[in-house]
Amino acid sequence: MLTVSMKVNEQAVSGEVEDRTLLVEFLRENLRLTGTHVGCDTSQCGACVVHVDGASVKSCTMLAVQADGCDVTTIEGLTNGAELHPMQQAFKDNHGLQCGFCTPGMVMSAIDIVNRNGSGVDEATVRKELEGNICRCTGYHNIVKAVQAGAKNMGG
Amino acid sequence: MYNFSYQKVTSVDDAVEAMQKADDGKFVAGGQTMLPTMKHRLASPSDVIDLGGIEDLKGICMDGDAISIGAMTTHAEVAASSDVQSAIPALAKLAGNIGDPAVRNRGTIGGSIANNDPAADYPAAVIALGATVKTNKREIAGDEFFTGMFETALEEDELITSISFPKTEAAAYMKFENPASRYAIVGVFVAKSGDEVKVVVTGATACEHRGMRL
Ligand SMILES: Cc1cc2nc3c(=O)[nH]c(=O)nc-3n(C[C@H](O)[C@H](O)[C@H](O)COP(=O)(O)OP(=O)(O)OC[C@H]3O[C@@H](n4cnc5c(N)ncnc54)[C@H](O)[C@@H]3O)c2cc1C
Ligand code: FES
Ligand code: FES
Repeated sequence: MLTVSMKVNEQAVSGEVEDRTLLVEFLRENLRLTGTHVGCDTSQCGACVVHVDGASVKSCTMLAVQADGCDVTTIEGLTNGAELHPMQQAFKDNHGLQCGFCTPGMVMSAIDIVNRNGSGVDEATVRKELEGNICRCTGYHNIVKAVQAGAKNMGG
Repeated sequence: MYNFSYQKVTSVDDAVEAMQKADDGKFVAGGQTMLPTMKHRLASPSDVIDLGGIEDLKGICMDGDAISIGAMTTHAEVAASSDVQSAIPALAKLAGNIGDPAVRNRGTIGGSIANNDPAADYPAAVIALGATVKTNKREIAGDEFFTGMFETALEEDELITSISFPKTEAAAYMKFENPASRYAIVGVFVAKSGDEVKVVVTGATACEHRGMRL
């Protein structure tokens, strides 16, 4: 067993993991942060996207020990008390989810897209940059609308 | 995924030493191919040696008429590099179209080339641009590096340190991509330098990325 320590949603945490424990397993099973989902076994669906040192990563494709010393943000880290993050609010307002399984990864990827492309990000860029996030319900149309609306809200 | 013993190293020498001591060791770079392969139990190394802590393997620099990219440089870093964008824009564009943003934030050029997936993008650029693959032991010409499907000229304890791409007059890369993974169903890299034009195809066959000179 190894001991890993990292910052998750601004809190210092540490725990015992196996060498093979994935970051997503550490988040869900050790920390009980079950907002980050696992939708596939092939690194393709993006339900598990979190931010590690500010960059989006698939937490099913990174070892927990590789995040030792890093700063991790999950979907649980976005809200400010009962108040939703502007991107979460935009998904709610635009009906950007149906079953909600893909939503945590979508929202984390969406925020990363806005961080890199700004609050005026165009539709084609949003569609291209969401290539690593798969949704089996919505047909993407309202997700793209939500990301653009959330981008505007994030811009203030 | 079967368990293994994880080791993080901070120098090339330590990485090579760890590999020589391991029963059945594997280097891990971005893990974007290694971890899915291990999850499927297609690989079960005894030791996983993480190159992520070796600062010497990261970064991009101009080296005379060539651009040198460290093995641990991510696809996102290559795509965003102003040096790569001005010296070989086709290479920056290729890197920016690998997989998706999360894959590009972890996946590395060294890992992609060492893996030599028959549908990967970078190998076409390495051959067409006449790049040189530098390792801890030697320098290998791009068109001698890829020896077969998922096979390269690398020895067991040899690791890529950087890839050096000579500047080119003109180059372009286009792929017809798999809609789920963005791997090339077929991809074509064309590069011109002096009188020579090289065309290299990736994907399309199960075997080798092969080029022709026009
Ligand atoms: C969803 C998804 C989509 C993808 N789409 C594409 C795509 O469109 N085009 C494409 O080309 N690729 C694609 N990839 C693959 C991606 O580019 C990987 O990042 C790459 O193939 C491997 O790089 P890595 O750094 O992750 O290497 P790892 O997975 O860590 O390692 C791969 C192999 O290389 C060896 N290795 C790594 N670094 C070195 C080194 N410095 N010296 C010697 N050996 C080394 C390892 O031992 C291992 O055998 C995709 C992957 C995923 C998960
Ligand atoms: S669970 Fe990580 S990409 Fe599907
Ligand atoms: S809302 Fe159901 S998978 Fe996206």
